[in-house]
Amino acid sequence: MIFAGDPLLSGHIDLAVVAIVVLKTVLTFALLLVGTMFMVWFERKVVGDLQNRIGPNRAGPFGLLQTLADGVKVFFKEDLIPEQADRVIFKYAPLLSMVPAFITFAVVPIAGDFRHGHSGVVSIFGHRTLLQLADPPIGVLLVLAMSSIAVYGVMLAGWSSGSKYPLLGSVRASAQMVSYEAALGLSVVAVVLVSGTLSTSGIVSAQAPWKWNLWVTGVVPFVIFLISGTAELNRPPFDLVEAEQELVGGYQTEYSGIRFALFYLAEFMNTITMSAIIVTLFLGGPSGPVILGPAWIWGLIWFLLKLLIFLFVFVWFRATLPRFRYDQLMDLGWKALIPLSLGWLLLLTAVRVGDVEGWNPFLVTMVGAVVLVAAYGLLVLAMRAARRNRQLAEELL
Amino acid sequence: MSAFLREYLTVAIFTGVAFGLLAGVLSVGKLIRPVRPQAEKYFNYESGVDAVGTGWVQSPIRYYVFALLFVMFDVEAVFIFPWATQLEIYGWFGAVEMGIFIVLLALGLLYAWRKGVLRWT
Repeated sequence: MIFAGDPLLSGHIDLAVVAIVVLKTVLTFALLLVGTMFMVWFERKVVGDLQNRIGPNRAGPFGLLQTLADGVKVFFKEDLIPEQADRVIFKYAPLLSMVPAFITFAVVPIAGDFRHGHSGVVSIFGHRTLLQLADPPIGVLLVLAMSSIAVYGVMLAGWSSGSKYPLLGSVRASAQMVSYEAALGLSVVAVVLVSGTLSTSGIVSAQAPWKWNLWVTGVVPFVIFLISGTAELNRPPFDLVEAEQELVGGYQTEYSGIRFALFYLAEFMNTITMSAIIVTLFLGGPSGPVILGPAWIWGLIWFLLKLLIFLFVFVWFRATLPRFRYDQLMDLGWKALIPLSLGWLLLLTAVRVGDVEGWNPFLVTMVGAVVLVAAYGLLVLAMRAARRNRQLAEELL
Repeated sequence: MSAFLREYLTVAIFTGVAFGLLAGVLSVGKLIRPVRPQAEKYFNYESGVDAVGTGWVQSPIRYYVFALLFVMFDVEAVFIFPWATQLEIYGWFGAVEMGIFIVLLALGLLYAWRKGVLRWT
């Protein structure tokens, strides 16, 4: 059994190893927190631009310190806990939605030397290590588990408020998040299928330099992941959870002061981690051409550039797309994305196995596609018949 | 301790630091924020009028079916992920087995669909 794992932790543990782990922890935190601050500013600025406004421009150059100013303000705000709330759960629910966002980032390869034969390993102080905090052999499952735990934060926050809007918002949120979690998991299976490993650094090494899963898995899993990732984040156009026109603020309605800020930050932090996961799984993470200087710096540069693309895409979605209706949301998840990802998984399996067994790849693809199209046709026919039956039943009534 | 567990130890340390940081933020907030209690501040928000009853009233929530369906797909992931890493080893036999499994699962979804569980209005 081969575990990818961080070579740093496989040998004898001495002071230098501990120092490197501490350094990596601090740097990961710094990157994530600075990234979150930047993201809040970036979102407001870009949405401002897309709406022909200027956006924040008072605090610091280009309004860059706006987040800091807001953060300081929020510290001085009164923290109200409604009388009817379940006090303990109400107080600690924000932690439950914040911590998973942190943990997910621990398995993201941030930089590293992914040239041929290096598989992301670099040397610091004479120790060989990966430039990611931890590389558990099941990194991908850790990501999925954390996105499941994030549901608890939202659910408990809404429930413990003892108020109607938050309860509705949180129930909506959990239904939405578990629905898209299924599609998310199935699209990740496609990536695991072609990479043959569950470790995040292994997945990135398998993609270096240009065998990105984006096209190796055939774009469809990527699209499914992007859509269900947006839904997992509760970001527009899937922000029914806090649809302010109908639910005031969803699960955050009763929160104020610093606890509200924690939810707000968790949302942006999740956006960053989700983008980082997309980059890792589909766009080859930090792998890319090394032009001059140390390879790991180029890893960092490529990673940040790819990350920025997805941060922009998420903001772009928000500024462009109108919100889904709830039934449309559920239909898209259960009736389109899940069947599509199941079908694509079968097709991909057939092609991969055909590759191993030496079957004609063209024939396998054609037969697979024909079978899937036939299944889709049957489904459409069945739905048409069902609709006709319903209409008949209505006429009889 | 094996390297396998050490990876998780790093994750655990990271989690601990995250909790510590958040606890720090909350306690700093507690030190510097004002507290000026007023009965009105502690009412539930219900669009500005007095709240009717509590938030924990019984109301028809039909979302639980989706939770059940989700469990079905999550259990499925438990089977699919290990197989997906070993695709080449199991070859066409494993692929056929997994194909049957996935088709059965799709039938389950289709059954829920047929029963009108997925219909919202």
